[in-house]
Amino acid sequence: MSERIELDITLPTETRYLGLVGQIGESMARSLDRFSGDREELAYHINLVLTEAMANAIQHAKKPNSAEVRITISLIRHKLIIKVYDQGKGFDLCTLSTPDAACLEEHGRGIFIIRTIMDKVIYRKLKDGHVLEMEKTLH
Amino acid sequence: MNIQVNEQGSIVLISVEEERLDAHNSTDLKTRLLSLFEDGKNNMVINLEGVRFVDSSGLGALVSGFKNASARNGSLKLAGLQPQVQSMFELTRLHRVFEIFPNAEDALASFQP
Repeated sequence: MSERIELDITLPTETRYLGLVGQIGESMARSLDRFSGDREELAYHINLVLTEAMANAIQHAKKPNSAEVRITISLIRHKLIIKVYDQGKGFDLCTLSTPDAACLEEHGRGIFIIRTIMDKVIYRKLKDGHVLEMEKTLH
Repeated sequence: MNIQVNEQGSIVLISVEEERLDAHNSTDLKTRLLSLFEDGKNNMVINLEGVRFVDSSGLGALVSGFKNASARNGSLKLAGLQPQVQSMFELTRLHRVFEIFPNAEDALASFQP
């Protein structure tokens, strides 16, 4: 897989755009030229990671519907890198625990899902917000 | 959100007619379920046959319904999960929490003594 894809998307911080960003991720997964794994599973996973990360950015936005969320998706050689930038107060990735199904929590599964699907997840503070960086090596 | 609600005796069949159950519409589902609980409907089947995508927020709405039904000595069962949706329940271990049936008919029949 030697193709190079780079997408840079800016959207309002509104949940009605979750479907759009998910579709973009699915379409990208289906268009990959040389991917030998389960393409439908990859499409769902990229849709899911983008949806969870964007919903997270919206949730942590300073004022709902008043800012933008920027998402970059890069596929360089075998490495998929998704970055979601938020302009909010942020959160501490290290304090998030793994949800226990038996406890029946209604929230808190988003980052767990992202961490399960992606190989590497980092949340960094920037000058004017934060970025959630997610990497996965595709085979 | 597009939801069909059909009462079948003491059981309510709720069909979610949306391709996605995510942070955009999961609050609608949660609110509809709460309204049914307030009307005394404690036994329900949620048919997800038409749902192709569910995220953590959608799972959260279903967990909320499950907890409310259990707290009222009722039962909330799921039916018609598409393979990728089923995989979300397995990823989060929630397939061990919910009773999941291949289709709505089987889920409704499971309420019969």
